[in-house]
Amino acid sequence: MLVGVLALQGAFREHQKALKACGVNTVQVRKPEQLDELNALVIPGGESTTMGKLLLQFKLLDAIADLGRKGMPIFGTCAGLIMLAKDIIGSDQPRLGLMDIKVERNAFGRQVFSFESELDIPPLGAKPFQGIFIRAPYVVDVGPGVDIWAEYNSKIVCVKQDNLLAAAFHPELTEDIRLHRKFLEIVNIEPKCI
Amino acid sequence: MAEQGTWTVKKGLAEMLKGGVIMDVTTPEQAKIAEEAGACAVMALERVPADIRAAGGVARMADPSVILRIMDAVTIPVMAKARIGHFVEAQILETLGVDYIDESEVLTPVDDEHHIDKHEFKVPFVCGCRNLGEALRRIGEGAAMIRTKGEPGTGNVVEAVRHMRKVMGEVRRLQNMPKEELMHAAKEMGAPYNLVLEVAKEGRLPVVNFAAGGIATPADGAMMMQLGCDGIFVGSGIFKSNNPSARAKAIVSATTHYNDPQVLAEISRDLGEAMPGIEISSIVPEQRMQDRGW
Repeated sequence: MLVGVLALQGAFREHQKALKACGVNTVQVRKPEQLDELNALVIPGGESTTMGKLLLQFKLLDAIADLGRKGMPIFGTCAGLIMLAKDIIGSDQPRLGLMDIKVERNAFGRQVFSFESELDIPPLGAKPFQGIFIRAPYVVDVGPGVDIWAEYNSKIVCVKQDNLLAAAFHPELTEDIRLHRKFLEIVNIEPKCI
Repeated sequence: MAEQGTWTVKKGLAEMLKGGVIMDVTTPEQAKIAEEAGACAVMALERVPADIRAAGGVARMADPSVILRIMDAVTIPVMAKARIGHFVEAQILETLGVDYIDESEVLTPVDDEHHIDKHEFKVPFVCGCRNLGEALRRIGEGAAMIRTKGEPGTGNVVEAVRHMRKVMGEVRRLQNMPKEELMHAAKEMGAPYNLVLEVAKEGRLPVVNFAAGGIATPADGAMMMQLGCDGIFVGSGIFKSNNPSARAKAIVSATTHYNDPQVLAEISRDLGEAMPGIEISSIVPEQRMQDRGW
Protein backbone atom coordinates (compact mmCIF):
# COMPACT_ATOMS: atom_id res chain seq x y z
CA MET A 1 0.00 0.00 0.00
CA LEU A 2 1.43 3.35 -1.08
CA VAL A 3 -0.23 6.64 -0.23
CA GLY A 4 0.92 9.75 -2.09
CA VAL A 5 1.01 13.13 -0.42
CA LEU A 6 0.78 16.04 -2.82
CA ALA A 7 4.00 17.97 -2.11
CA LEU A 8 3.69 21.10 -4.23
CA GLN A 9 3.38 23.38 -1.21
CA GLY A 10 2.11 23.24 2.37
CA ALA A 11 2.21 20.87 5.34
CA PHE A 12 2.86 17.66 3.42
CA ARG A 13 5.48 16.26 5.81
CA GLU A 14 3.01 16.31 8.71
CA HIS A 15 0.61 14.15 6.69
CA GLN A 16 3.44 11.73 5.92
CA LYS A 17 4.17 11.54 9.63
CA ALA A 18 0.52 10.81 10.47
CA LEU A 19 0.27 8.17 7.73
CA LYS A 20 3.51 6.59 8.87
CA ALA A 21 2.04 6.38 12.37
CA CYS A 22 -0.84 4.43 10.75
CA GLY A 23 1.74 2.02 9.33
CA VAL A 24 1.59 2.87 5.62
CA ASN A 25 4.28 3.87 3.14
CA THR A 26 4.10 7.35 1.69
CA VAL A 27 5.68 9.26 -1.16
CA GLN A 28 5.84 12.99 -1.92
CA VAL A 29 4.08 13.63 -5.24
CA ARG A 30 5.24 16.45 -7.51
CA LYS A 31 4.91 14.95 -11.01
CA PRO A 32 2.12 13.17 -12.93
CA GLU A 33 4.21 10.05 -13.65
CA GLN A 34 4.26 9.33 -9.91
CA LEU A 35 0.46 8.94 -9.76
CA ASP A 36 0.26 5.48 -11.34
CA GLU A 37 1.78 3.65 -8.40
CA LEU A 38 -0.51 5.19 -5.79
CA ASN A 39 -3.35 3.51 -3.89
CA ALA A 40 -4.55 6.82 -2.50
CA LEU A 41 -3.65 10.50 -2.33
CA VAL A 42 -3.64 13.12 0.41
CA ILE A 43 -3.86 16.83 -0.42
CA PRO A 44 -2.42 18.80 2.49
CA GLY A 45 -3.13 22.21 3.91
CA GLY A 46 -1.30 25.11 2.37
CA GLU A 47 -2.25 27.96 0.09
CA SER A 48 -4.95 26.73 -2.31
CA THR A 49 -4.23 29.35 -5.02
CA THR A 50 -0.53 28.39 -5.04
CA MET A 51 -1.36 24.69 -5.20
CA GLY A 52 -3.90 25.18 -7.97
CA LYS A 53 -1.41 27.04 -10.16
CA LEU A 54 1.30 24.43 -9.63
CA LEU A 55 -1.18 21.59 -10.28
CA LEU A 56 -1.95 23.16 -13.64
CA GLN A 57 1.63 24.05 -14.54
CA PHE A 58 3.00 20.59 -13.79
CA LYS A 59 0.05 18.79 -15.47
CA LEU A 60 -1.27 17.18 -12.32
CA LEU A 61 -4.73 18.74 -12.20
CA ASP A 62 -6.51 16.70 -14.87
CA ALA A 63 -4.53 13.57 -14.05
CA ILE A 64 -5.58 13.61 -10.39
CA ALA A 65 -9.16 14.59 -11.23
CA ASP A 66 -9.34 11.61 -13.58
CA LEU A 67 -8.07 9.18 -10.96
CA GLY A 68 -10.48 10.62 -8.41
CA ARG A 69 -13.41 10.11 -10.79
CA LYS A 70 -12.28 6.51 -11.34
CA GLY A 71 -12.44 5.91 -7.61
CA MET A 72 -8.99 6.60 -6.19
CA PRO A 73 -9.45 7.61 -2.53
CA ILE A 74 -8.43 11.23 -1.90
CA PHE A 75 -8.26 12.97 1.47
CA GLY A 76 -7.98 16.78 1.50
CA THR A 77 -7.44 19.05 4.50
CA CYS A 78 -8.07 22.82 4.47
CA ALA A 79 -6.58 23.84 1.10
CA GLY A 80 -7.11 20.19 0.12
CA LEU A 81 -10.83 20.53 0.84
CA ILE A 82 -10.92 23.63 -1.37
CA MET A 83 -9.12 21.77 -4.17
CA LEU A 84 -11.71 18.95 -3.99
CA ALA A 85 -14.74 21.27 -4.12
CA LYS A 86 -16.84 21.76 -7.26
CA ASP A 87 -17.91 25.25 -6.21
CA ILE A 88 -15.63 27.86 -4.56
CA ILE A 89 -17.54 31.04 -3.72
CA GLY A 90 -16.22 34.09 -5.58
CA SER A 91 -13.26 32.32 -7.14
CA ASP A 92 -12.37 30.80 -10.50
CA GLN A 93 -9.09 29.33 -9.22
CA PRO A 94 -8.03 25.93 -10.62
CA ARG A 95 -9.49 22.97 -8.70
CA LEU A 96 -10.13 19.24 -8.96
CA GLY A 97 -13.88 19.80 -8.60
CA LEU A 98 -14.60 16.23 -7.51
CA MET A 99 -16.86 16.75 -4.50
CA ASP A 100 -20.37 18.02 -4.72
CA ILE A 101 -19.80 20.79 -2.18
CA LYS A 102 -19.80 24.58 -2.18
CA VAL A 103 -17.04 26.11 -0.03
CA GLU A 104 -16.11 29.54 1.20
CA ARG A 105 -12.40 30.31 1.58
CA ASN A 106 -11.04 32.06 4.70
CA ALA A 107 -14.58 31.72 5.97
CA PHE A 108 -13.78 32.24 9.65
CA GLY A 109 -11.72 35.39 8.90
CA ARG A 110 -8.05 36.29 8.85
CA GLN A 111 -5.28 34.74 10.97
CA VAL A 112 -6.17 36.54 14.23
CA PHE A 113 -9.47 34.62 14.10
CA SER A 114 -7.79 31.26 13.55
CA PHE A 115 -8.72 28.94 16.40
CA GLU A 116 -8.79 25.47 17.85
CA SER A 117 -11.82 23.73 19.24
CA GLU A 118 -13.01 20.27 20.13
CA LEU A 119 -15.17 18.66 17.46
CA ASP A 120 -17.66 15.89 17.59
CA ILE A 121 -17.00 13.52 14.65
CA PRO A 122 -19.40 10.57 15.14
CA PRO A 123 -17.68 8.19 12.65
CA LEU A 124 -14.52 8.46 14.82
CA GLY A 125 -16.32 7.51 18.02
CA ALA A 126 -17.34 9.45 21.10
CA LYS A 127 -13.97 10.97 21.99
CA PRO A 128 -13.82 14.59 20.74
CA PHE A 129 -11.30 15.50 18.02
CA GLN A 130 -9.14 18.61 18.39
CA GLY A 131 -9.91 20.75 15.31
CA ILE A 132 -7.21 23.23 14.36
CA PHE A 133 -8.64 25.87 12.02
CA ILE A 134 -6.14 28.16 10.27
CA ARG A 135 -7.65 30.79 7.97
CA ALA A 136 -9.96 27.89 7.37
CA PRO A 137 -12.72 27.38 4.81
CA TYR A 138 -16.05 25.79 5.58
CA VAL A 139 -18.64 24.02 3.49
CA VAL A 140 -21.67 26.18 2.76
CA ASP A 141 -23.74 23.59 0.92
CA VAL A 142 -23.58 19.91 0.02
CA GLY A 143 -25.22 17.92 -2.75
CA PRO A 144 -27.06 14.60 -2.27
CA GLY A 145 -24.58 11.81 -1.69
CA VAL A 146 -22.35 13.88 0.54
CA ASP A 147 -22.20 12.77 4.17
CA ILE A 148 -21.65 15.45 6.78
CA TRP A 149 -19.19 14.13 9.36
CA ALA A 150 -18.68 17.20 11.52
CA GLU A 151 -19.96 20.70 12.15
CA TYR A 152 -18.60 23.57 14.18
CA ASN A 153 -21.16 26.22 15.26
CA SER A 154 -23.52 24.83 12.59
CA LYS A 155 -20.84 25.23 9.87
CA ILE A 156 -19.97 22.07 7.97
CA VAL A 157 -16.28 21.25 8.48
CA CYS A 158 -15.86 17.58 7.56
CA VAL A 159 -17.50 15.74 4.66
CA LYS A 160 -17.32 12.39 2.90
CA GLN A 161 -18.54 11.46 -0.56
CA ASP A 162 -17.81 7.93 -1.82
CA ASN A 163 -14.01 7.72 -2.17
CA LEU A 164 -13.42 11.31 -1.05
CA LEU A 165 -12.88 12.71 2.43
CA ALA A 166 -12.31 16.37 3.28
CA ALA A 167 -11.76 18.41 6.44
CA ALA A 168 -11.61 22.19 6.90
CA PHE A 169 -9.24 21.73 9.84
CA HIS A 170 -5.78 20.17 10.25
CA PRO A 171 -5.65 16.68 11.76
CA GLU A 172 -2.02 16.54 10.56
CA LEU A 173 -1.08 19.19 13.13
CA THR A 174 -2.27 16.99 16.00
CA GLU A 175 -1.07 13.62 17.29
CA ASP A 176 -4.58 12.22 16.76
CA ILE A 177 -4.48 9.87 13.76
CA ARG A 178 -8.09 8.67 13.88
CA LEU A 179 -9.17 10.60 10.79
CA HIS A 180 -6.18 9.30 8.80
CA ARG A 181 -7.04 5.77 9.95
CA LYS A 182 -10.63 6.26 8.87
CA PHE A 183 -9.39 7.40 5.46
CA LEU A 184 -7.25 4.28 5.16
CA GLU A 185 -10.36 2.19 5.80
CA ILE A 186 -11.84 3.77 2.67
CA VAL A 187 -8.65 2.86 0.80
CA ASN A 188 -9.06 -0.78 1.73
CA ILE A 189 -12.70 -0.89 0.69
CA GLU A 190 -12.32 0.79 -2.68
CA PRO A 191 -10.51 -1.21 -5.36
CA LYS A 192 -7.21 0.17 -6.58
CA CYS A 193 -7.87 2.01 -9.82
CA ILE A 194 -5.77 1.38 -12.89
CA MET B 1 -14.62 26.07 23.73
CA ALA B 2 -12.85 27.79 20.84
CA GLU B 3 -9.48 29.37 21.55
CA GLN B 4 -7.88 31.96 19.29
CA GLY B 5 -4.24 32.98 19.03
CA THR B 6 -2.90 29.75 20.53
CA TRP B 7 0.70 28.68 19.95
CA THR B 8 -0.64 25.87 17.73
CA VAL B 9 -2.54 28.18 15.38
CA LYS B 10 0.30 30.74 15.30
CA LYS B 11 2.85 28.09 14.42
CA GLY B 12 0.29 26.33 12.25
CA LEU B 13 0.00 29.15 9.71
CA ALA B 14 3.77 28.99 9.17
CA GLU B 15 3.41 25.22 8.61
CA MET B 16 0.90 25.98 5.85
CA LEU B 17 3.33 28.40 4.15
CA LYS B 18 6.05 25.74 3.85
CA GLY B 19 7.40 24.95 0.42
CA GLY B 20 6.15 28.33 -0.70
CA VAL B 21 7.44 31.79 -1.58
CA ILE B 22 6.56 34.96 0.33
CA MET B 23 7.06 38.06 -1.80
CA ASP B 24 7.63 41.71 -0.88
CA VAL B 25 5.08 44.01 -2.53
CA THR B 26 4.49 47.75 -2.28
CA THR B 27 1.21 48.20 -4.21
CA PRO B 28 -2.06 46.27 -4.76
CA GLU B 29 -0.97 45.74 -8.39
CA GLN B 30 2.28 44.08 -7.29
CA ALA B 31 0.35 42.01 -4.75
CA LYS B 32 -1.89 40.72 -7.55
CA ILE B 33 1.13 39.88 -9.71
CA ALA B 34 2.61 37.96 -6.76
CA GLU B 35 -0.64 36.08 -6.09
CA GLU B 36 -1.04 35.31 -9.78
CA ALA B 37 2.52 33.94 -9.85
CA GLY B 38 1.70 31.55 -7.00
CA ALA B 39 3.08 33.35 -3.92
CA CYS B 40 1.85 31.66 -0.71
CA ALA B 41 1.80 35.07 1.04
CA VAL B 42 2.91 38.65 0.49
CA MET B 43 4.79 41.12 2.67
CA ALA B 44 3.20 44.57 2.44
CA LEU B 45 5.80 47.35 2.45
CA GLU B 46 6.15 50.97 1.46
CA ARG B 47 9.53 50.29 -0.16
CA VAL B 48 11.43 47.09 -0.93
CA PRO B 49 14.71 46.60 0.99
CA ALA B 50 16.89 47.67 -1.96
CA ASP B 51 15.11 51.04 -1.99
CA ILE B 52 15.24 51.34 1.80
CA ARG B 53 18.98 50.72 1.58
CA ALA B 54 19.35 53.32 -1.19
CA ALA B 55 17.24 55.93 0.65
CA GLY B 56 19.06 55.62 3.98
CA GLY B 57 17.66 57.41 7.06
CA VAL B 58 15.12 55.83 9.41
CA ALA B 59 12.84 53.16 7.93
CA ARG B 60 9.51 52.63 9.73
CA MET B 61 6.32 50.55 9.57
CA ALA B 62 4.38 51.18 6.34
CA ASP B 63 1.40 53.55 6.21
CA PRO B 64 -1.69 51.51 7.26
CA SER B 65 -3.44 52.59 4.03
CA VAL B 66 -0.75 50.86 1.96
CA ILE B 67 -1.19 47.66 4.00
CA LEU B 68 -5.01 47.75 3.93
CA ARG B 69 -5.11 48.27 0.17
CA ILE B 70 -2.86 45.26 -0.29
CA MET B 71 -5.03 43.20 2.10
CA ASP B 72 -8.05 44.10 -0.03
CA ALA B 73 -6.32 43.16 -3.28
CA VAL B 74 -5.47 39.51 -2.53
CA THR B 75 -6.91 36.45 -0.79
CA ILE B 76 -3.54 35.00 0.30
CA PRO B 77 -2.07 35.88 3.73
CA VAL B 78 -0.60 39.37 4.11
CA MET B 79 2.38 40.04 6.35
CA ALA B 80 3.79 43.42 7.38
CA LYS B 81 6.94 44.63 9.10
CA ALA B 82 7.35 46.33 12.48
CA ARG B 83 10.62 47.81 13.72
CA ILE B 84 12.64 45.69 16.15
CA GLY B 85 11.31 46.44 19.65
CA HIS B 86 8.44 48.64 18.45
CA PHE B 87 5.54 46.96 20.18
CA VAL B 88 3.14 49.77 19.31
CA GLU B 89 3.74 49.35 15.58
CA ALA B 90 2.97 45.67 16.25
CA GLN B 91 -0.24 46.57 18.09
CA ILE B 92 -1.30 48.69 15.11
CA LEU B 93 -0.51 45.91 12.64
CA GLU B 94 -2.47 43.41 14.73
CA THR B 95 -5.45 45.78 14.80
CA LEU B 96 -5.29 46.17 11.01
CA GLY B 97 -5.68 42.40 10.80
CA VAL B 98 -2.43 41.44 9.09
CA ASP B 99 -1.85 37.69 9.18
CA TYR B 100 1.80 37.73 10.30
CA ILE B 101 4.15 40.41 11.67
CA ASP B 102 7.81 40.45 10.69
CA GLU B 103 9.84 42.09 13.46
CA SER B 104 12.44 43.04 10.94
CA GLU B 105 16.00 44.29 10.74
CA VAL B 106 15.12 45.80 7.35
CA LEU B 107 13.51 48.64 9.32
CA THR B 108 15.47 50.78 11.78
CA PRO B 109 15.37 49.29 15.30
CA VAL B 110 13.80 51.44 18.06
CA ASP B 111 15.20 49.47 20.99
CA ASP B 112 18.86 48.51 21.10
CA GLU B 113 18.43 45.81 23.76
CA HIS B 114 14.95 44.35 23.61
CA HIS B 115 12.70 42.74 21.06
CA ILE B 116 8.90 42.71 21.23
CA ASP B 117 7.25 40.31 23.73
CA LYS B 118 5.53 38.36 21.01
CA HIS B 119 3.63 36.06 23.39
CA GLU B 120 1.41 39.05 24.20
CA PHE B 121 -0.12 39.07 20.73
CA LYS B 122 -2.78 36.99 19.00
CA VAL B 123 -1.14 37.59 15.63
CA PRO B 124 1.95 35.42 14.99
CA PHE B 125 5.46 36.83 14.41
CA VAL B 126 8.40 35.90 12.21
CA CYS B 127 11.92 37.07 13.14
CA GLY B 128 15.32 36.97 11.47
CA CYS B 129 18.40 35.16 12.75
CA ARG B 130 22.05 34.59 11.84
CA ASN B 131 22.65 31.64 14.14
CA LEU B 132 20.83 29.17 16.38
CA GLY B 133 21.22 31.21 19.57
CA GLU B 134 19.53 34.20 17.97
CA ALA B 135 16.76 31.97 16.56
CA LEU B 136 16.06 30.42 19.97
CA ARG B 137 16.03 33.82 21.72
CA ARG B 138 13.39 35.00 19.25
CA ILE B 139 11.37 31.79 19.71
CA GLY B 140 11.71 32.26 23.47
CA GLU B 141 10.14 35.72 23.04
CA GLY B 142 7.27 34.14 21.11
CA ALA B 143 8.27 34.11 17.42
CA ALA B 144 6.23 31.34 15.74
CA MET B 145 8.40 31.33 12.62
CA ILE B 146 12.09 32.03 11.93
CA ARG B 147 13.94 33.16 8.83
CA THR B 148 17.57 33.77 8.06
CA LYS B 149 18.51 37.43 7.89
CA GLY B 150 20.88 37.21 4.95
CA GLU B 151 21.74 40.71 3.81
CA PRO B 152 18.45 42.24 2.59
CA GLY B 153 18.20 44.28 -0.59
CA THR B 154 21.52 43.12 -2.03
CA GLY B 155 20.49 40.43 -4.52
CA ASN B 156 23.47 38.56 -3.09
CA VAL B 157 22.57 35.28 -1.41
CA VAL B 158 25.94 34.64 0.26
CA GLU B 159 24.83 35.86 3.70
CA ALA B 160 21.61 33.81 3.66
CA VAL B 161 23.72 30.75 2.81
CA ARG B 162 26.08 31.55 5.67
CA HIS B 163 23.22 31.95 8.15
CA MET B 164 21.38 28.81 7.03
CA ARG B 165 24.55 26.69 7.22
CA LYS B 166 25.29 28.15 10.63
CA VAL B 167 21.83 27.37 12.04
CA MET B 168 21.74 23.86 10.55
CA GLY B 169 25.29 23.14 11.69
CA GLU B 170 24.52 24.21 15.24
CA VAL B 171 21.38 22.05 15.30
CA ARG B 172 23.49 19.03 14.25
CA ARG B 173 26.08 19.88 16.89
CA LEU B 174 23.47 19.99 19.69
CA GLN B 175 22.00 16.73 18.46
CA ASN B 176 25.30 14.95 18.97
CA MET B 177 26.11 16.49 22.33
CA PRO B 178 25.90 14.53 25.59
CA LYS B 179 23.18 15.96 27.79
CA GLU B 180 25.55 17.32 30.42
CA GLU B 181 27.11 19.65 27.82
CA LEU B 182 23.83 21.25 26.78
CA MET B 183 23.68 23.79 29.61
CA HIS B 184 27.11 25.09 28.63
CA ALA B 185 26.01 25.23 24.98
CA ALA B 186 22.90 27.21 26.01
CA LYS B 187 25.12 29.63 27.93
CA GLU B 188 27.55 30.03 25.03
CA MET B 189 24.75 30.60 22.51
CA GLY B 190 22.74 32.84 24.80
CA ALA B 191 19.74 30.62 24.18
CA PRO B 192 16.95 29.47 26.55
CA TYR B 193 17.94 26.09 28.02
CA ASN B 194 14.53 24.47 27.50
CA LEU B 195 14.68 25.26 23.79
CA VAL B 196 18.25 23.97 23.54
CA LEU B 197 17.03 20.70 25.07
CA GLU B 198 14.16 20.55 22.58
CA VAL B 199 16.44 21.14 19.57
CA ALA B 200 18.92 18.53 20.81
CA LYS B 201 16.11 15.98 21.18
CA GLU B 202 14.19 16.69 17.97
CA GLY B 203 17.15 17.55 15.75
CA ARG B 204 15.30 20.52 14.30
CA LEU B 205 14.13 24.02 15.16
CA PRO B 206 10.84 24.03 17.07
CA VAL B 207 9.25 26.30 14.42
CA VAL B 208 9.28 26.66 10.64
CA ASN B 209 12.48 28.16 9.24
CA PHE B 210 12.49 30.13 5.97
CA ALA B 211 15.40 31.61 4.01
CA ALA B 212 15.53 35.35 3.36
CA GLY B 213 17.93 38.07 2.36
CA GLY B 214 19.45 38.29 -1.10
CA ILE B 215 17.53 35.60 -3.01
CA ALA B 216 17.32 36.75 -6.65
CA THR B 217 17.04 33.68 -8.89
CA PRO B 218 15.20 30.32 -8.98
CA ALA B 219 18.57 28.63 -8.40
CA ASP B 220 19.14 30.75 -5.27
CA GLY B 221 15.76 29.65 -3.92
CA ALA B 222 16.34 25.98 -4.74
CA MET B 223 19.79 26.09 -3.15
CA MET B 224 18.37 27.46 0.10
CA MET B 225 15.75 24.68 0.05
CA GLN B 226 18.47 22.06 -0.49
CA LEU B 227 20.35 23.53 2.46
CA GLY B 228 17.32 22.62 4.56
CA CYS B 229 15.03 25.63 4.87
CA ASP B 230 11.23 25.23 4.74
CA GLY B 231 10.44 28.01 2.25
CA ILE B 232 11.60 31.30 0.77
CA PHE B 233 11.16 35.03 1.24
CA VAL B 234 11.98 37.13 -1.80
CA GLY B 235 12.28 40.82 -1.06
CA SER B 236 13.70 43.05 -3.76
CA GLY B 237 14.55 40.13 -6.06
CA ILE B 238 11.24 40.10 -7.90
CA PHE B 239 10.13 43.69 -8.41
CA LYS B 240 13.70 44.94 -8.97
CA SER B 241 14.17 42.48 -11.84
CA ASN B 242 13.09 43.37 -15.35
CA ASN B 243 10.34 40.73 -15.67
CA PRO B 244 8.77 40.40 -12.20
CA SER B 245 5.89 38.16 -13.22
CA ALA B 246 8.03 35.54 -15.00
CA ARG B 247 10.69 35.61 -12.30
CA ALA B 248 8.15 35.30 -9.49
CA LYS B 249 6.53 32.31 -11.17
CA ALA B 250 9.92 30.67 -11.76
CA ILE B 251 11.00 31.09 -8.12
CA VAL B 252 7.69 29.53 -6.98
CA SER B 253 8.28 26.50 -9.23
CA ALA B 254 11.91 26.27 -8.13
CA THR B 255 10.86 26.16 -4.47
CA THR B 256 8.58 23.19 -5.20
CA HIS B 257 11.00 21.33 -7.50
CA TYR B 258 14.15 22.35 -5.61
CA ASN B 259 15.63 18.88 -5.92
CA ASP B 260 15.06 18.43 -9.64
CA PRO B 261 17.82 20.05 -11.76
CA GLN B 262 15.97 19.22 -14.97
CA VAL B 263 12.91 21.22 -13.93
CA LEU B 264 15.17 23.96 -12.54
CA ALA B 265 17.00 24.23 -15.87
CA GLU B 266 13.70 24.57 -17.72
CA ILE B 267 12.18 27.21 -15.45
CA SER B 268 15.40 29.27 -15.26
CA ARG B 269 15.26 30.05 -18.99
CA ASP B 270 14.49 33.46 -20.50
CA LEU B 271 13.67 35.30 -17.29
CA GLY B 272 15.33 38.55 -18.33
CA GLU B 273 17.76 40.31 -16.07
CA ALA B 274 17.90 39.67 -12.33
CA MET B 275 18.14 42.62 -9.94
CA PRO B 276 21.56 44.28 -9.84
CA GLY B 277 23.58 42.76 -6.98
CA ILE B 278 25.80 44.32 -4.34
CA GLU B 279 29.08 42.80 -3.17
CA ILE B 280 28.77 42.45 0.63
CA SER B 281 32.28 43.74 1.36
CA SER B 282 31.37 47.04 -0.31
CA ILE B 283 28.69 47.75 2.33
CA VAL B 284 29.93 49.93 5.19
CA PRO B 285 29.35 48.31 8.61
CA GLU B 286 26.64 50.75 9.74
CA GLN B 287 24.58 49.88 6.67
CA ARG B 288 24.67 46.12 7.28
CA MET B 289 21.07 45.26 8.21
CA GLN B 290 21.90 41.78 9.52
CA ASP B 291 23.76 43.23 12.52
CA ARG B 292 20.51 44.71 13.83
CA GLY B 293 18.82 42.51 16.47
CA TRP B 294 20.11 41.31 19.82
